[in-house]
Amino acid sequence: MNSRLIVCRDCALLNRIAHLPRGGSARCPRCGALLARGVFDSIDRTLAFSLAGLSLFLVANAFPFLAMRMQGLITETTLLTSVWALYEQKRLLVAGLVLLTAVAAPLLYLLLLIYVLAPLRFGLHAPGVIPCFRLLRRVQAWSMVEVFMIGVLVALVKLADMAQIVPGIALWAFALLIPVMAAATSSLDSELVWDRIGRPA
Amino acid sequence: MTADVRSLPIGCHDCDLALRVPRIEHGVAPRCPRCGTVVRHRKPRSIARCWAFVIAAAICYVPANLYPAMTVVSLGNAQSDTILSGVIYLLSHGLWPLALIVFVASVVVPLAKLVALVYLLISVQARSRWRPADRTRLYRLTEAIGRWSMVDIYVITILVALVSLGNLATVEAEPGAVFFGAMVVLTLLAAEAFDPRLIWDRADLQDG
Repeated sequence: MNSRLIVCRDCALLNRIAHLPRGGSARCPRCGALLARGVFDSIDRTLAFSLAGLSLFLVANAFPFLAMRMQGLITETTLLTSVWALYEQKRLLVAGLVLLTAVAAPLLYLLLLIYVLAPLRFGLHAPGVIPCFRLLRRVQAWSMVEVFMIGVLVALVKLADMAQIVPGIALWAFALLIPVMAAATSSLDSELVWDRIGRPA
Repeated sequence: MTADVRSLPIGCHDCDLALRVPRIEHGVAPRCPRCGTVVRHRKPRSIARCWAFVIAAAICYVPANLYPAMTVVSLGNAQSDTILSGVIYLLSHGLWPLALIVFVASVVVPLAKLVALVYLLISVQARSRWRPADRTRLYRLTEAIGRWSMVDIYVITILVALVSLGNLATVEAEPGAVFFGAMVVLTLLAAEAFDPRLIWDRADLQDG
């Protein structure tokens, strides 16, 4: 893989990319799209970030992320109970959208990364590795944990003058999950993974 | 565009492998040797699909802003807020940084996205040669900002969950939230349907 051909995704220009140094990146000379990134130890790093992300994700979902104290009453909510509250109000579309973007897509994204990369790390191919890796990019577009975090902050301020708000453990896990997922995404070298998948195990 | 574009190399739409397919026969679907995806020059029916999503999103934009998005019932008092009156509520409480975030995410971003996509569609259909690199950047921006419109949906979700569990007050999600959610999804699908390579197909002809 000393030099390789890449057709730009955004403008279809054919580029020849030489080997990239660590931390380097190649951009399309015509439209400026990111073509490739030089990542050192891509598979190990991405796998490490994905495993860390999965642990954080489990904490973020298992514990309440906000609690509210109002006149002696305490209510707390986890991500799934929020979705359930919408479902009970018969807002299925909104409930489904939140479930997809804040729970299902990030979880599936992390699981797919681990499922594809963990065996690959030991030179093995997971069954169905090709469709799984293809799915990864589609799933990524629907994972919106960072937007959810902003939503939590806005809700927090809105409720602040109405009741006392206590941030929970899950909120901190969420805050950490965002950079960890971003790191997993940016350390993934898809070209390298496709290359490894293409080789017989 | 046909003859020239089709002799150029194709990047596999799923795995980015550079492929040279001499000619794609009608009814025969060549597949990428690496990932098995059907090889295509451009996203199929990109312009028609993008228009359909843009128009549907524009239709949803109206009820999304006119209908209340949520109602707060507190001690027998019910107050409904649309997306915009929610912003005004934040402003009147002196929370202008927050009001700005919500206003930009919920009102400006969806509208800017629709305007940008309509412009891109028309410029491609008019076979414009004007500044393709800048138009491609506009597309990338459109694609990147769309997700931030979801903020209001999450705010409503959290308020509903936290407040409706208590006895003193409840928050209900209203039809405005449903239209708003549908509108956000439709703009995301619209951006996904558009193929920025179409911007360059005209310019390629010029170079060749």
